[in-house]
Amino acid sequence: MTTSADITLTPSGAPAPEAFLEVRDLKVQFATDDGVVKAVDGLSFGLERGQTLGIVGESGSGKSVTSLSIMGLHKGGSVSMSGEIWLDGQELISASKEEVRRLRGSKAAMIFQDPLSSMHPFYPVGEQIVEAYRVHHDVPAKQARQRAIDMLARAGIPQPERRVDDYPHQFSGGMRQRAMIAMALVNNPSLLIADEPTTALDVTVQAQILDLIRDLQVEFGSAVIIITHDLGVVAELADDILVMYAGRCMEYDRAQKVFTAPEHPYTWGLLASMPRLDREVRDRLKPIDGTPPSLINLPTGCPFHPRCPYLGRDGIPCTTVDPHLPRHVTAGVACHIPHTDRIRTFSEEVLPTL
Amino acid sequence: MVAYIIRRVFAAILLLFVISLATFAIFFLVPRLAGATPQDLASRYVGKTANQEQIAVMTQKLGFDDPIIVQYGRFVKGLFVGADYSTGPTTEHCPAPCFGYSFITQNPVWPDLVDRLGVTLSLAAGAALIWLVVGVAVGVLSALRKGSFFDRAAMGIALAGVSLPIFFTGLLSLSIFSYTLHWFPPGGSYTPITENPGLWAYDLVLPWVTLAFLYAAGYARLTRAGMLETMNEDYIRTARAKGLPERTVVVKHGLRSALTPILTIFGLDLGLLLGGAILTESTFSLPGIGKYAVDAVRNNDLPKVLGVVMLGAFFIVLANLIVDILYAVVDPRVRLS
Repeated sequence: MTTSADITLTPSGAPAPEAFLEVRDLKVQFATDDGVVKAVDGLSFGLERGQTLGIVGESGSGKSVTSLSIMGLHKGGSVSMSGEIWLDGQELISASKEEVRRLRGSKAAMIFQDPLSSMHPFYPVGEQIVEAYRVHHDVPAKQARQRAIDMLARAGIPQPERRVDDYPHQFSGGMRQRAMIAMALVNNPSLLIADEPTTALDVTVQAQILDLIRDLQVEFGSAVIIITHDLGVVAELADDILVMYAGRCMEYDRAQKVFTAPEHPYTWGLLASMPRLDREVRDRLKPIDGTPPSLINLPTGCPFHPRCPYLGRDGIPCTTVDPHLPRHVTAGVACHIPHTDRIRTFSEEVLPTL
Repeated sequence: MVAYIIRRVFAAILLLFVISLATFAIFFLVPRLAGATPQDLASRYVGKTANQEQIAVMTQKLGFDDPIIVQYGRFVKGLFVGADYSTGPTTEHCPAPCFGYSFITQNPVWPDLVDRLGVTLSLAAGAALIWLVVGVAVGVLSALRKGSFFDRAAMGIALAGVSLPIFFTGLLSLSIFSYTLHWFPPGGSYTPITENPGLWAYDLVLPWVTLAFLYAAGYARLTRAGMLETMNEDYIRTARAKGLPERTVVVKHGLRSALTPILTIFGLDLGLLLGGAILTESTFSLPGIGKYAVDAVRNNDLPKVLGVVMLGAFFIVLANLIVDILYAVVDPRVRLS
């Protein structure tokens, strides 16, 4: 258990933390012709083995950038990163490219959104899995191939001995994602990052893939980060939830808490825009008004204030003061509205409309 | 896969047939439609001073009186089994593939073509090797260091390479490296590879480099654009996420995809060149197919032109066929459709 409201982290420069994965005050900025894009702006969280963290937010909220930072996959040049990323006692931002490369795929692996475009169209699926395995294991080709077949079988692909030589375009969408999962898990990674793993799939296949991720997580005991804009996905899997907006953490807590007693108006908005079977069909889904802000020119004060329906209450400095979470607190709500007011507003005004 | 290859081969043969039909029509049907008589054609063989009788004999011998379909049939037959030309007492046999006789020299066209093919083949193959290796290498490096000094310099030179015609770069290189510095032999030097491979290569260095410069420039730009596109693909990110070394990511995952369109262009370019590298051969006075074609056109020597056109068409169709088949080997997705 990493997170409950009272955990604080040691300041920067302190010895390696005890958590398996710990991100401290991560900032990722891209220099572009139009200005500096603050894709991630002071994000902190932690995660233990066997636990699942769901990172939720709209497009462009910095979810994927965060995960790519952990994997060290940002192309050099225009990107600048600061903060700390501790993975199993090793700090990644200050580590050399070669060190991070060795971790990639072995200790930390990733599943991507679109399994068709994420696999090389010219190589058989099995060969791509074998390649992932042999980079980190010095084994004969035959043994690696057997390993690939085993992984495909574990990922639920029927007749893996035959399908191992098929090309990605010969697989269905769900099968491809299963193959991607097999490829990601081939080296027994202790951290698995799934970036919108079900977005490109049929609804019927989505649940299967989520089940598969959960089963394999139990089997391998890995830590999992699920990145999604779909609260339904994280409701299924996550132990903790981190709600991101404009590259920042808006709300971070146990999943149970975020779903039953969310405190941030942005989280309320996300919940209201989620379709639910137990709701009257004639009710329309409520989108959050407005659009996400430009990450080059963030609004002053709370970045969500231009879209926040609870703006302008007595004496609350939403438009001027940034309600950034305290630097080393990894659970909480970045909102100026007092705690008791938020609880009351949610139960009286928001809950009845969900 | 086998069905795919068979389909492509049939398509190629059909295409060659259509080309032969069209070419033959242009050379023999169009003049007739424009009002030329069979005797006009025959008169080209016998010289300006010939009398009516000689012309009539020649018309008879070459069968210009026959309907155009019969003449085409005889032309195709000549290509496959050879043709016999009867002048009454004697019969001349033109062995297959028979493209007829030159108006001017009265020589059969085919042996001339074979003679010159060696030169064109030597020129094209050597140049192709150079431009492929240099063009692709420069393109990849440029793409990986986009915006760097190397990239800008390479792309600037490439722009010059694409823009400058062979007869400029060729003459310039001859004037500098041959006539001034005397590093390489002057234009017109050619030694068959069977006689002296070393001298063969030495003689061809300037034409190779000049020709390759033009093509390498285009290939560098193409490769650069292709690499920039593929290196942004999702599967490149996946390859990196696996922890592959950057070199493997670039070559095995990036370049493999970026090379596919290059392969198409390469096949076409090479096929086109084998039908005669006209400008290069003229600039360096190399006795290849291209120079042969220029001489033929200049002298209005129709059988020669017809031969060159058919040979060129054959190489282009063949190159396309090979590219199509290679494509299926390279890109597994092609095999299905």
